[in-house]
Amino acid sequence: MSAPVTPPATAATQAAPPPPETVTVKVNGKTVQVPKTMPNWQGKPEATTMLQAARCAGVDIPHYCYHDKLPVAGNCRMCLVEFGTPMIGPDRKPVLNEDGSPKIARSVLPYEPGTPRGAIACATPISPGMEIYADSPATKQMREAVLESLLINHPLDCPICDQAGECKLQEYSVQHGQAESRFVEAKVHKPKAVDLGPRIILDDERCVLCTRCIRFTKDIVNDDALGIVNRGSYNTISAFPGKTFDNNYTLNTVDLCPVGALTSKDFRFKMRVWFLKETASVCTTCGTGCNTTIGSREGVVHRLEPRANDAVNGPWMCDTGRLNYKWIARADRLKEVRVGGRKSTWSTALREITAKLSTAPAGSVAIVASARQTNEELFLLKRLATKLGAITDSIAREGEPDRLLVSGDRNPNSTGARLTGVSFTEAGIQLPKIAAGIASGTIRSLIVFGEDVTQHGIDASLLAKLDMLVVSDILPNATTEAATHLLPGAAAPEKRGTFVNVKGRLQKFHKAVEAPGDARPEIEFLQELADAVAGPTGTSTIEGLFNRMTADIPAFGGVQWSAVGDTGVTLSL
Amino acid sequence: MSTKVVERKPLSAWERSYIPSFLGGLGVTWNHFKRTAPFLGNKPITMEYPEQKWVVPEGYRGAPYLVKDQEGATKCVSCQLCEFVCPPKAIRITPPGENGQPADRANAEKMPREFEINMLRCIFCGLCQEVCPEEAIFLQKDYSLTGTSREEMVYNKEKLLKLGGTHAGIQKWKHKLEEAEAQESFPVATEPQKHSH
Amino acid sequence: MDFFQNLDPAVQFFIFSAVKIGVVFGVTMSFVAYSVLVERKVSAWIQDRVGPNRTSPPIAQFIPILGPFLTRLGIFQPMADGLKFLLKEDFTPNYVRLAYFWLAPAIAVIPAFLTLAVIPFGSTLGNPDNKMVIADLDVGILYTFGIVSLGVYGIVLAGYAANSKYPFLGGIRSTAQMISYEIAMGMSVVSVFLLVGDLNLSKVIEYQAHGGWLVFKQPLAFFIFLVAAFAETNRLPFDLPESESELVGGYHTEYSSMKFALFFLGEYANMIASSAMMVTLFFGGWTLPFLGEPASGLLGGLLHIGIFVAKMAAFMILFIWVRWMFPRFRYDQLMDLGWRRFIPLALANILVTALVVAFVNR
Ligand code: SF4
Ligand code: SF4
Ligand code: SF4
Ligand code: SF4
Ligand code: FES
Repeated sequence: MSAPVTPPATAATQAAPPPPETVTVKVNGKTVQVPKTMPNWQGKPEATTMLQAARCAGVDIPHYCYHDKLPVAGNCRMCLVEFGTPMIGPDRKPVLNEDGSPKIARSVLPYEPGTPRGAIACATPISPGMEIYADSPATKQMREAVLESLLINHPLDCPICDQAGECKLQEYSVQHGQAESRFVEAKVHKPKAVDLGPRIILDDERCVLCTRCIRFTKDIVNDDALGIVNRGSYNTISAFPGKTFDNNYTLNTVDLCPVGALTSKDFRFKMRVWFLKETASVCTTCGTGCNTTIGSREGVVHRLEPRANDAVNGPWMCDTGRLNYKWIARADRLKEVRVGGRKSTWSTALREITAKLSTAPAGSVAIVASARQTNEELFLLKRLATKLGAITDSIAREGEPDRLLVSGDRNPNSTGARLTGVSFTEAGIQLPKIAAGIASGTIRSLIVFGEDVTQHGIDASLLAKLDMLVVSDILPNATTEAATHLLPGAAAPEKRGTFVNVKGRLQKFHKAVEAPGDARPEIEFLQELADAVAGPTGTSTIEGLFNRMTADIPAFGGVQWSAVGDTGVTLSL
Repeated sequence: MSTKVVERKPLSAWERSYIPSFLGGLGVTWNHFKRTAPFLGNKPITMEYPEQKWVVPEGYRGAPYLVKDQEGATKCVSCQLCEFVCPPKAIRITPPGENGQPADRANAEKMPREFEINMLRCIFCGLCQEVCPEEAIFLQKDYSLTGTSREEMVYNKEKLLKLGGTHAGIQKWKHKLEEAEAQESFPVATEPQKHSH
Repeated sequence: MDFFQNLDPAVQFFIFSAVKIGVVFGVTMSFVAYSVLVERKVSAWIQDRVGPNRTSPPIAQFIPILGPFLTRLGIFQPMADGLKFLLKEDFTPNYVRLAYFWLAPAIAVIPAFLTLAVIPFGSTLGNPDNKMVIADLDVGILYTFGIVSLGVYGIVLAGYAANSKYPFLGGIRSTAQMISYEIAMGMSVVSVFLLVGDLNLSKVIEYQAHGGWLVFKQPLAFFIFLVAAFAETNRLPFDLPESESELVGGYHTEYSSMKFALFFLGEYANMIASSAMMVTLFFGGWTLPFLGEPASGLLGGLLHIGIFVAKMAAFMILFIWVRWMFPRFRYDQLMDLGWRRFIPLALANILVTALVVAFVNR
C-alpha cells in the first residue's frame, strides 16, 4: 500500500503523533513488540489480541469466525492456542528462573494442572511478557480436535462445491487434519442448495456456523435478515421468516463464508477458482471506485471480487458493481472499425479523421467525452480540444446513494473529467451550446466517446447535419448508428488506466482480458490522433502519458505512475 | 555416499587387436541371423500387427474415457481436477454454469456441459484417472486411435461416454440422498429450492 | 552384327563404350537399390525381426504364390523407396548457402560412379577386343585414388553449405577421417603393385590368373585396405561423420528428398566401388583359380562377369554384416588406428615386399 500524498506544508505544521504504547510478547519463541491497542472492526482502539500479536510476528493462527472488519464472536474455536504468562509469587513479584529470566506459567486446566488449556486467540487480549505457542504439540492437538469436530457432519462435497480451491476448511484440513475419519455413524443431513436470496445459494451441510454472514448482514449492512435456527447438530443458517436476503451487499457473505456454504448464483458452477487469473482492477459502476479483483480465464471474465482497500471500500463491494461485467462479453459488442457505415481499417479511419481535423477552422469541432473514460484518455481529448478550439463536455449520471458504499455519482471518473478540464463544475452544462452550434451550422464535426448523445439533447436529426461524426464506443446505440467514423473501444477490464473517485482517490487498474475483434484501448488510437493533430506528446506509453498529465495539471500534484500502488493515492483537491 | 572403485584391467595386446571382439560380434550376430532368417530358423519375434493382435494386459494405460455408473448416469461432476492436472492440457471441460443442465442423477448437482479430450495431446499418463474424486474417468485398453483430421481426434463427452462403458461404484451421491431421506428431518433438494420452515 | 562390323572402328568403340557405361550404370543403380534391401533384411534377421514385408504393387496380389512370396521378401520395397525419394518435399532451409547446397550431393555421388570406369568386371564378351572394362587405363589405380579423394569434397561442402552446427561437425570429421585413411589405403596397394609391376588393373588380374590371388601374397595389405575401405565409405564402425547419436545425421542433416537420396546413393555406390577394387586387387577379379583365361565365347564372357559380381556381392554382405556387429569407434581411436597403426604397418609391408622382390628378382 502506498502512502497517501500529503501536502508538505500541512505535514510540517502538524505535531508528530506520540509513539504508540507497546507490549512485549513472545510468539513461538520470538520476541516481538506489539502496540498495546489496535483498531477493532469499527476502527476504534481496543486491546490487542493474541491473534493480532501473532500476525505482527508473521505467524498466522488458523481461524474461521474472526474477521478484521467484523465484531469478534469467538465461536468456532479454530484459533485455540496454548500460551503462558509470567509467574507471580506470593509477594506479587515475578518469579525468576536461575538465569534471571522470568518464569513462565503455561496455561493449564485449573482443576487438572497436567492438562494444557487453550484460549481463543481472536478474543484474548495480550499481557506483558505473555508467550504464545502457536505450534506447540498441545496447540496442534487442539486444532486437530476442532477440525475433526467440524468435519463430523461435513458432507465433503468438494468436487461439486464452488468454494473448493479457496476453502479454509480444505486448507486447514490439509495442514492440520487427519487423513481418516473416526466417525462411523450417519452424518446429520441438512438442506442443500437452498435459495437464500436472489443472488445467494446456501448449502447448510457445509456451514461451519461461524456466523460471519450473520454479523456482516446485521452489523455492517444493518439488515437483520439472517440468523441460526434449530439446535445442536441441527443448527441451520436461515433467512428470518418474512425477511428476504436481498440487500445490495449479499454477495459479500459469499466472500466472507470461509467454506462453500454460501455461494454466488452468478458464479455457480461456472469455473473452478484455480483456473482464474487475478487482475487488480477498479469497479466502474459508481464514483466510489471500489477496488476489485477480476477473475478471468482465457479472455473470459468470470467474476469480480472486492479487493481490500481501507481508504476506499474496506473489504466490501456492492452486488450491483460486482455483477456489472456481463456486458463485456455481449455478442453485439462493436468489433469493427466503420467508415461511412462500411467496415474499414484503423489506418484509413484515423487518416481521414486526422485530415479532416487538421484543416478544421477553430470552433468548428465539439467533443463529448465520457466520465467513464480514464484520466489519460480525457487528457488526450482535452489536448485535441485545446488545439482545435473545441467545446468539450461530458455527461452526468446520478442515482440514489446508500449509507455504505454506493455513491450518488454513477460515473467512475467525474472527478477526472473535471480535473482534466473536459467537463466544468457541473457535467453537461455545455451540451445545449453544442446542440445549438450544430443547429446553426457553426459546429461541423463532433467527436463522441462512450456516450449516446441522442439521449442528451443532440438528436439524430442534428447529428445528420454534421460533416463528420467520430464515435468511439463499446456497445451499439443510436449515436454509433449515425457515426461517419466508428472506432470500437475497450471496456475497463480490457485496458489500463487511472480513475479519480469522488473523494479524490487516484486509482490504477490493469488489463485482464483482450478486447474483441478490431477493438482497441482508446488510449492507443487517441494517442495517434492527438499526436497527428496537436503535435507529439513525446511519449508512447501509458506510464509516460500519465506522468506528463500529472506534471501538466497541478491538481495531480506531479505524482508518478510508479508511485501509484494498486490501492491508489489520495489527491489534495 | 561411499564410492566403489572399480578396477579397470588393462587390455592385453590380443584384446587390443579388436580380433576377439570381432569374433564375439560375429558369433552373436550369426546366432541371431541363424535363428531368424527364412530357410534357416525362420523364427522372428516380430508380431505381425494388424493380423496378429496383442493381448492388452491388466492395468494397461490406453485412452482415457468417461464412464457411467451402474444405472447409466454420468459419473463426472465437472470438478475440473483432471483438466487442471493434465500435463499436456489435453482435457477441456465446459462447466454447466448457473443455469446449466443438472446432473442426470439425483443429488450430484452438476455434470459437465461439454467434456473434450484431445487424443493427439493426451500422453496416456493416467493422472486424470488418479486425480478423479468420482471415479469417472479411466484409462482403458484402446491403444490404436486414428482419425483423418485433427478435429476428429478431439473426443467429445458423448463419444467418451459411449466408448467408456460402465463402471460400477459405490454411488456416493445416491447413498447420501438415501441417508438424508432416512433422517426425514431435512428435505434434500436436487434443484435449487425455496427455503421452507 | 554385320552392320556393326562395317562401322568405323572409332564409332564402334564409341557405341560399345556407351553401351558398357549404360549397362554398368544401370546394374550399379539396381545393385544399390537392392543392397539397401539386403541391408534392411539382414539387419532385421540379425535383430530377430522380419524386415520389409508389406510393400507391393497392386498387381502382385494377382500372382498366385509368387506374388505374396516376393512381397514378403520385400522385393518391391526398393521401388517404393525410390518413388518416395522422388516425391517427397524437397525442403531447403532458408539459411543455407544455396549454390554449394545444391552442388554437394552431386559431388558426393559422381566420383563413386567414376571409379567404376577402370574396373575390369569381366574378361571379354564375344570378341577378344571387347574388353569388359569401360576405360582400360594404364594408370588405373592412380585414377581411382584421384577420383575417390574428390568424394570428400561433396561431404565437406554439404557440411559447410548447410550452415548449421551438426552438418559442419560431420563435414570436418569426414575430412580428417578420409584424408587419414586414404594414406593408409594408398600405401597398402603400393606393395601390390611392387609385385605386379604395373598400374593397369587388367594387368593386375592377369598377374593373379597365373600367380595366384594376391590376398594370399599380401594378406596385410588386404587387411589394411579392407579397414580403410570401411573408413572411406563412412560405414560403421567408422560412420563418425554422420553418427546419429551425436550429430543428428551429420553432414546430410539438412537434406531431404532426392538430394538426400544422392548422398545415400553415393554411400552405396562407394561400397560397390570399394568391393570391386578389392575383388580386382586381391581376389583375382573375374578369375577363379581354374578359370583364368580370357573367355572366347559369349557364354564364357558372361560367366566371368557373373564370377566378378558374385565376389563383389560377397564383399557387400561383409560391409553390411560388419555394420551390425561393431559399435562405433571413438574419434581418437579412429585417428589412432589410422595414423599410429596402419600407416607404419603399411610402410613396413612396402619395405618387406620391396626387399623380397629385390631378392627374388636378382
Ligand atoms: S466447504 Fe470446503 S471442504 Fe466443504 S465441500 Fe466445499 S470445498 Fe469441500
Ligand atoms: S454460512 Fe458461511 S459464513 Fe455463514 S455461518 Fe455458515 S460458514 Fe459461516
Ligand atoms: S491420461 Fe494424462 S495426458 Fe491423457 S488426458 Fe489424462 S491426464 Fe491428460
Ligand atoms: S472426470 Fe473426474 S476429475 Fe475430471 S471433471 Fe469429471 S469428476 Fe472431475
Ligand atoms: S476465530 Fe477465534 S473462535 Fe473463531
